[in-house]
Amino acid sequence: MTTTSTATAPVIEAIGLRKTFGTHEVLKGLNLGLARGEVVALIGPSGSGKSTFIRCLNRMEHPTGGEIRFRDKPVGESFRDSEAAIGIGTLRRHVGMVFQHFNLFPHKTVLQNVTEGPIVVCKRPRRETEELAKDLLAQVGLSDKHAAFPNHLSGGQKQRVAIARALAMQPDVLLLDEVTSALDPELVGEVLAVIRSLAEAGMTMAIVTHEMAFAAEVASRVLFLDQGVIAEEGSPAEVILNPANPRLQAFVARFKA
Amino acid sequence: MTYTWDFHSVWQYRDLFMWGLWISVVYTVGSIVLGILIGFLTCAMRLSGWRILSFIARVYQEIFRCTPLLVQLLWFYYAFPLLIGASIDNRVAALLTLSLYVGAFYAEIFRGGIVSIDKGQREAAAAIGMSSWQAMHRIILPQALKRMLPSFINQSVIQFKNTSLVSVISVADLAYMAAVVNGQTYRPLESYTFMAVLYIALLLPMTQIADWVEKRLRVSD
Repeated sequence: MTTTSTATAPVIEAIGLRKTFGTHEVLKGLNLGLARGEVVALIGPSGSGKSTFIRCLNRMEHPTGGEIRFRDKPVGESFRDSEAAIGIGTLRRHVGMVFQHFNLFPHKTVLQNVTEGPIVVCKRPRRETEELAKDLLAQVGLSDKHAAFPNHLSGGQKQRVAIARALAMQPDVLLLDEVTSALDPELVGEVLAVIRSLAEAGMTMAIVTHEMAFAAEVASRVLFLDQGVIAEEGSPAEVILNPANPRLQAFVARFKA
Repeated sequence: MTYTWDFHSVWQYRDLFMWGLWISVVYTVGSIVLGILIGFLTCAMRLSGWRILSFIARVYQEIFRCTPLLVQLLWFYYAFPLLIGASIDNRVAALLTLSLYVGAFYAEIFRGGIVSIDKGQREAAAAIGMSSWQAMHRIILPQALKRMLPSFINQSVIQFKNTSLVSVISVADLAYMAAVVNGQTYRPLESYTFMAVLYIALLLPMTQIADWVEKRLRVSD
């Protein structure tokens, strides 16, 4: 890849993405390209397909149609790379994901949760990885929790560990799937602060969220999903602050209240 | 009632009891080891995602879980040889039956432990690029093993008691030896009481360990 193309070519791209559960079509041919350093927020009513969409991007869900491309190469069907396509394993090494319910490994300490991926999946040396993990935990404000087990942490702390765990893989893209939805209201801020600093540092992210104010502030682009299609797309000013589409107006108004 | 206890005559046969106890332990340990292998294989078949494999495993499990062990022992020793046209050693029949029996239960314990782990764990492992094998042995199994341990110990305690049934096909275990001693001494009360005491002596520590493990695991959860 040449330097000129990295500036414009998307790091990860969905083309005509479709997903059907049984007879219900959840995604009806979606297109999205994430440029390096771009932060895209996905908003929309529940059931609109936002989560399914970003879960297709790292192949947590198997799309029924369309294509995922990563660094300008198609993502294939097998775990390993082939000549024509990138393997799902490789894709996931470079595209991190943070979940609504944290999904920390309860039998491992905070530090082990963060080092597990690099050591087991990438075969990186332990000492080097632990240094990296300690830096990341300091970044998310958890330097004093290295030896703690997840069940001794608050929800906000768990989610910050989960973010550090994803960052330890040094991903090109981070997918955030409603990461504050399971948190008590007073703990949302500490997690959003971490994401905000990641955005400022130039991390490429796709964020599914119900936090409208946060999306407006941190996103460079906002997508409004409705019934499996991208109903509206534009800058935060266009989509969230001054929506033209009546369905979008109604949706945003509910959150402003 | 003025029964005069006479453990002395039974005590003369203590070597016989000890030998019987040893045989019981051997069959217990042997069938547990084989049962773990069978249970592991059966569990893998159940979870393989291949319908045929899963179905075969399921049929095996239900046959062995839904017939009494005594019936299985009689069938393998007296009926099975006619089916294959060759006699089968009673010790082989006993070990085989015990292993297949406990394997069916172990498989269910293993499977239950694995499927009880939240699917978010598998997803989190996959999201950092782990293969399904890595996710299984690094993330799922360590948690599942902890959860299945109490049931596993309980089933193994039951298995030790179940070995007493092999005496009906003349395997010289503790129960068989107690019957032999009774035949020699005409002292059923002493013979069978001594046998019961030996079972308790071996199993009481096991049930205590099981309780302790269960309590400890509950605390660490």
